[in-house]
Amino acid sequence: MRLSITNLQVSFGERRVVDLAELAVGEAEIVGLAGDSGSGKSVTTLAVLGLAHTVGATVSGSIRLDGAELTGLSHREMREVRGRRIAAIFQSPALAFSPVYRVGSIVHRALRLHGMTRAEAAEAAERAMRQVLLPPGLLDRYPSQLSGGQLQRVAIALALALHAEVLLADEPTSALDVTVQAEVLELLRELRDRERMSVLFISHDLAVVAELCDRVAIMQHGSIVEQGPTSQVITAPASPYTAELLASVPRLAAGAGQ
Amino acid sequence: MTSPEGAGPAVPPGPDGTARAAAPEPEGAAPGMPPRPADATRTVDAKPEETARAGTARPGDATRAETPKPQETAGAGPPLLDVTDLAVRFGPVRAVDGVSLRLAAGPFGLGLVGESGSGKSTIGRAVVRLVAMAGGQIRFEGKDVAALRGSALKRYRRAAQIVFQDPDNSLDPRMRIGASVTEPLIAHRIVTRRLAAGRARELLAEVGLDPELVSRYPHQLSGGQRQRIAIARALSVQPRLLVLDEPTSAIDVKAQARILRLIADLRAGRNLAYLLITHNLGIVSELCEQTAVLYLGRVVESGPTTELLSVPAHPYTQALRSAVPEVDMAARRSRLILPGEPPDAARPPPGCVFHPRCPLAIGRCATEVPALREVRPGRQVACHRAEEVLAGVKTGARTSSG
Amino acid sequence: MIEAPSTLPAADARLPRGQALRRGLGANPLMVVGALMSALIVVIALLAPLLAPFPADAGSATHPFLVLHPPSAQHWFGTDNVGRDIYSRVLYGARISPLIAVIVLAISCAVGIPLGVAAGYFGGWLDETIMRVTDIFLAFPPLLLALALAAVLPASITTVIIVIALTWWPWYTRLIRGQAASVAGRPYIDSCRALGISRWRIIFRHILPNSITPLIVQVSLDVGGVILTVSALSFLGLGAQDPTPDWGLMVAEGQDYFLTSWWVVTFPGIAILVTAFAFTLLGDGLRDLMDPKRIFLR
Repeated sequence: MRLSITNLQVSFGERRVVDLAELAVGEAEIVGLAGDSGSGKSVTTLAVLGLAHTVGATVSGSIRLDGAELTGLSHREMREVRGRRIAAIFQSPALAFSPVYRVGSIVHRALRLHGMTRAEAAEAAERAMRQVLLPPGLLDRYPSQLSGGQLQRVAIALALALHAEVLLADEPTSALDVTVQAEVLELLRELRDRERMSVLFISHDLAVVAELCDRVAIMQHGSIVEQGPTSQVITAPASPYTAELLASVPRLAAGAGQ
Repeated sequence: MTSPEGAGPAVPPGPDGTARAAAPEPEGAAPGMPPRPADATRTVDAKPEETARAGTARPGDATRAETPKPQETAGAGPPLLDVTDLAVRFGPVRAVDGVSLRLAAGPFGLGLVGESGSGKSTIGRAVVRLVAMAGGQIRFEGKDVAALRGSALKRYRRAAQIVFQDPDNSLDPRMRIGASVTEPLIAHRIVTRRLAAGRARELLAEVGLDPELVSRYPHQLSGGQRQRIAIARALSVQPRLLVLDEPTSAIDVKAQARILRLIADLRAGRNLAYLLITHNLGIVSELCEQTAVLYLGRVVESGPTTELLSVPAHPYTQALRSAVPEVDMAARRSRLILPGEPPDAARPPPGCVFHPRCPLAIGRCATEVPALREVRPGRQVACHRAEEVLAGVKTGARTSSG
Repeated sequence: MIEAPSTLPAADARLPRGQALRRGLGANPLMVVGALMSALIVVIALLAPLLAPFPADAGSATHPFLVLHPPSAQHWFGTDNVGRDIYSRVLYGARISPLIAVIVLAISCAVGIPLGVAAGYFGGWLDETIMRVTDIFLAFPPLLLALALAAVLPASITTVIIVIALTWWPWYTRLIRGQAASVAGRPYIDSCRALGISRWRIIFRHILPNSITPLIVQVSLDVGGVILTVSALSFLGLGAQDPTPDWGLMVAEGQDYFLTSWWVVTFPGIAILVTAFAFTLLGDGLRDLMDPKRIFLR
């Protein structure tokens, strides 16, 4: 397993918000983590990124990347892992890019921070932009000149350029239009197939999870109530909570399927 | 107190997809939802001061029991709202450019579907006179809305209401819930200050909330609860038309399902007509008889919802339809992925505004603006190749098997 | 990013207003200190004639044999260069500088708030006009304006109040305008407009309460600033004149004796400091108290 989380507990003081027995993502696999807001999905992302302390949470348990334990690492070592080996994309790409720098300079700086020379960074950035089907010319623009979908793809391109092994995608399409969402989901599938990337896809939208993910874990009140292959969880939910979530998804009218 | 959804199964059947595909649910009635707390308190709704307007049934009436399924034939009577050739501009941006819509008297739902920048919210805001029109006409019960002044405008404000997308900011953070809900009642002198508190509790009960919430502040409630409060506030003046501007896109899936069910209940209980603005085709399919699809400030297709979604006549509707993620494996289809981004509304492309992204575009599309025309009874499309789309022409777009 | 439970136990919400207030105060002891200190200053101002051991010294009395005595059992804060009891003068001073500050700030609010709300809520040409006018007022350095006015008006406390208020209100207009404009764009204001709620009600019930908090904080922080400005003007001979026991004036006049008689400057200086500090604490606390989220979330 690329990424394996066992007995992860995240607490704010006395209040335990995540108590996660086991969750693993294999190579070239997209695993969905689904649940309502307040279920602890986002805090789990932060814990895996080693950033839980920034919001005042304490973490215990084990998070392993290719078998190596991450929880004991120093902030400095963790910074090396984060970005380089574990990349993350979030719901609001506009907030992930500082508006005063050109997109390219943000990408280049991130690449050079992880040991590339100026020339290598420029080349890697261009290659990655083409991989995510964006014209490299967009690197010369400012974040405000790109659409949400484009920025999200730039964020994915950055993960690609760094050859990240694991991508944490926290509601990456929730703020996007459906047609743009379809493009981003398609891109994630390609990354899985071509780059053999492991993706932990966090979403409240079961329909998206059902379409994209190979396996899915359903989270409620900080714990996983059910996990398994997507088709199994979706067609025969074992937990009433999963069934309730599934029933909540608005569907196209019967007969709408051609 | 028996409602169709209350009688539904407690938990959806195991292999969900097939069961659902066979029998369409009453709109908004997601199975497995717990019965709404409001159901127990419904009876208190019939109060003297709530005397319904002519033709509107009171909540709790017998009409509630037979929640009508959206009928495609509805809308035959004189329209409640008639929008013709509406245009709204923000500086150089033509946010809405020649949109015509008709909304029958309630219970009736018209879905306004489109992506960001399509102008759908602007249309809703123009209908309730929150933005000025640059052209066209909006008629409500035959009266020109733009010309209303003084007390006539005040009456219109009571007849047509709006609920916004963002429940976090649609209530004054410094006002207790009770005050927010009764503010319009007091402003319009519908009830006296003394009776207002009781009315607030009734309204909260009607939208399925604990009446005790009147003493809370908005930040103490969840997004779904705040959205119900916003609905209660809009309902307090007994509107006949409700503009619902993405009412569920900022809240949880479970809360969303409950809000949709509430809308379905209100539609029947209050004989509401609504303009439901959303990017979610699933929602219109559950709640709206008619749907109009917008792209860059123009209607590209309109018609009965089920038909429009099952056999789209416009390539954009087709793409939108195929981009919707499906939970049911059986309902999945190959994806049609549109290239590029929606164009800038300040500089719309010539000809058909959709042609730069359209998989079916031909030379004519780049020069000639397609008129909205009837291709089948009740179905209007603005596309030169609509007949071919209806006939199922293969598009050249990138597809994905999902 | 943090998903905190958004609903709180019901018990919290049903607290009667008074109890909520007490809880808010209990959670903010510094504000209680600020409020008590501010109240004490008001009490001192009111009871100065009863508290001061030498009431006459607040006026034009002089005692040639008591000049510049250090603090003693009889004169707690010492005496000044004409032999007046500094303690008595500091107590009486609570009637001058804080009062000037309150009047100046009240005038500034009375002018600044309506203009700011109007500019922010209505926007357009009204906004443009109001903001250009504030720019003109802000362009004048306060002291220059004071000197100019002093040429036409007699040096007095009234002059000081007029001069400071003239240069103070534009800041409040700007502050309120920004707040009001941002509040005016929120959906709940749109909701009110769609509901046909009158313009005045929207302004007084929604825009104003939601824009005023930063101003209240700013005003309480400004009390110290105004007192210092009054002192500066007094020092330039434009404000209160000698027998008036104004703290700023006392500091200004005591400067000459600072190296030999530290008490002349120190005690009025401390009075200014304490007053400014008290109102600052009060303002900080008010900001917390006026945010409904904070009352309950602490």
